[in-house]
Amino acid sequence: MTADPKTVLTGPHFMDGNHAACEGAIAAGANFAAGYPITPSTEIVERFAMRAPLVGATFLQMEDELASSIAILGAAWGGAKAFTVTSGPGFSLMMEHIGYAAMTETPSVFVNVQRGGPSTGLPTLPAQGDMMQARWGSHGDYEIIALSPSSPQECFDLMVDAFNFAEQYRNPVIVLMDESVGHMTEKVVIPAASQIELFPHRYTRRAAADYLPFQPWPDGIPEFARAGDGYRFHVTGLTHNEHGYPAINAPQQQELVGRLVGKIRNHAEAIARAEECRLEDAQIVLVAYGITSRVALRAMQMAREERIPAGLLRPIVVWPFPEKRIRELAARARAFIVVEMNYGQMVREVERAAAGRCKTILMPHAGGAVHRPEAILDIIREAAQ
Amino acid sequence: MSAPTAMNPVEPLLRSERMPHIWCPGCGIGTTVNCFARALERSKLPLDRVALVSGIGCTGRVAGYVHLDSFHTTHGRAIPFATGLKLARPEMTVVVYSGDGDLIAIGGNHFIHAARRNVDLKVICVNNFIYGMTGGQVAPTTPLGATATTAPYGAFERPFNLPFLAESSGAVYVARWTAYHVQHIAHAMAEALQKKGFCFIEILAPCPTLYQRRNRLGDGLETMRYYKQHSVIRNGASTRDLDLGFQSEITVGKFVDIERPTLQQTMEAAYRQALQQRYAGWRA
Amino acid sequence: MPPTATPAARKFRGEVFIHADRCKGCGFCIEFCPPQVLAAAETYNRHGYHPPRLVNEAGCTGCDLCGLYCPDFAIYGVRVPLAAAAPKPETSRELAEAGGRR
Repeated sequence: MTADPKTVLTGPHFMDGNHAACEGAIAAGANFAAGYPITPSTEIVERFAMRAPLVGATFLQMEDELASSIAILGAAWGGAKAFTVTSGPGFSLMMEHIGYAAMTETPSVFVNVQRGGPSTGLPTLPAQGDMMQARWGSHGDYEIIALSPSSPQECFDLMVDAFNFAEQYRNPVIVLMDESVGHMTEKVVIPAASQIELFPHRYTRRAAADYLPFQPWPDGIPEFARAGDGYRFHVTGLTHNEHGYPAINAPQQQELVGRLVGKIRNHAEAIARAEECRLEDAQIVLVAYGITSRVALRAMQMAREERIPAGLLRPIVVWPFPEKRIRELAARARAFIVVEMNYGQMVREVERAAAGRCKTILMPHAGGAVHRPEAILDIIREAAQ
Repeated sequence: MSAPTAMNPVEPLLRSERMPHIWCPGCGIGTTVNCFARALERSKLPLDRVALVSGIGCTGRVAGYVHLDSFHTTHGRAIPFATGLKLARPEMTVVVYSGDGDLIAIGGNHFIHAARRNVDLKVICVNNFIYGMTGGQVAPTTPLGATATTAPYGAFERPFNLPFLAESSGAVYVARWTAYHVQHIAHAMAEALQKKGFCFIEILAPCPTLYQRRNRLGDGLETMRYYKQHSVIRNGASTRDLDLGFQSEITVGKFVDIERPTLQQTMEAAYRQALQQRYAGWRA
Repeated sequence: MPPTATPAARKFRGEVFIHADRCKGCGFCIEFCPPQVLAAAETYNRHGYHPPRLVNEAGCTGCDLCGLYCPDFAIYGVRVPLAAAAPKPETSRELAEAGGRR
């Protein structure tokens, strides 16, 4: 199935990442959003509030992020494609419902336009300090899919992908933007609706009597039913069996959590996506995502001008982490330099995947501004010696 | 009822395979579910088009026992979940069924805002004055002087008057009954199911295990006798006057039944006025 | 408010059905039965509670107030035309044995 031409603003635009993300959601078929104002993400819901009644969607500004992040899950069970948008403290408040969405396998998209923290931190300035929170922020064991755009164009593209992943895997999907990408204005080309592939709801075709709402297909993912269609199913955040009924015991926990984790881990290769630049002969591999990848790219080019064999791996899907690719590169590279706008989060993943086969160097930044390419170049030079 | 077989009127609403339920002997929650079954039957609503949303707690378990599209959500968030569901499925009747701690303490902010917006939800609050599921802690409804595990010397915070809170926040239908008043509860629920907008029904119910026992008030049956003897029906009473004290007289009745446009109506009217033909409506 | 405590019209008699193993012995049905036709059984159910039993068959009006009160969905009353045979209780247990309702 493809996007609805009535809702897609096909053509070239000059727009910022936040607005592009909103258009991406609409193109993906999002017809419900709930949000609470918070800098630097608010433009996404402001635009959605303006666009919603024109495209057959509903927007509601809720009383807080707790409400926003579960209103979208209620809407999703009503058959809507739903998302919410937040930043900083708001993302912390949404954690419980990311876990609820994972546990109840509710297709949903959470956008986090990252700003500096902790706490109120830097409301108007960028950071990438939520990478681990995005992965581990809700309590208990679960898996997440997270995408990190590095341009307004990608804000559009990855919102479509986020909704598709959410439907395909029946999982919450996080779009991890950052303030710089959200507020950066560039050319965004919105394709024709017919070029935008959408993954439809995995609606069951079974009769109500034969339908078990949490019975998985061989791929580990159950079929979906929406409220009001006669299936009269039960959904709970408690550990539950295939009927959706609470079953508070260790074997059921093993079966359910094992499946929830497995349905993403077993498809990690299919979900993985990264951009690679000059990796064919790279001895020094920069690893960076989001806005930081653009600075790292410049540093890589400067290193190449000095004939240092540097390359760049830019994870686009940041969770599940592209550990297989890191492992391959570790076998032949001299060093990874992980450039991120935090005090060391993804670097742990790189170190873990590299497993000591090559050196891993962290190039941290507390946030508020991006790295300087010259500073990265200095580290590249050091690593190359 | 002259059919050759007879069925408990609550049975079509139950997930019978999940019986017996977890509620203690003498708990009033199950009694309210009987009333809900009768109200649904009277409302003639097709059960496929009724959803029930609960939060966390003893009353939160109602969702797991009713054979409807039923959602056991997170603590305090039944109302915003139900709001999203109602907006996405306007043709459904969405009932929120939860306890006083869930709806009024952790979920208090959502409660007042949903009433303000007049979301078309039927909110049933079983108020037992205590946190049952977690073992008897003080609630924002615990009467002054009553003890709880976290108020061992007696509650010293003024409790909420729930009908007053609901009315002043914007609810269009407000009633309070006790678990003793089964016919009135069923009637109130049936009225709410037929009414558009944010309807609120408070039902006082015994928690013999944690509230009554700790406060030496006897068992569930003694509590029901207390309700019978000390409740006064005052339909139309001002909600200002409905504070509950420790073992005080209980004013019950229907206090508010007004008309006000719902969230969906005000939303659509605003869009239609501003956008006219450009308003695309709701594309489900 | 439809009255329930009033005696049924003479055209009907009451029947009460008890799902004894669901009972938790709260006593609501016995206490609030308008014609007071129930009493606690001396026997125990499988959970160790004394379920109610009908002690005055002729007195039951089938008002189903017991059904409204019972927090455990363990009892209900029906009105049966005087001429009709006694209905069979269609409890969930019997349904489950017959293959289940769902």
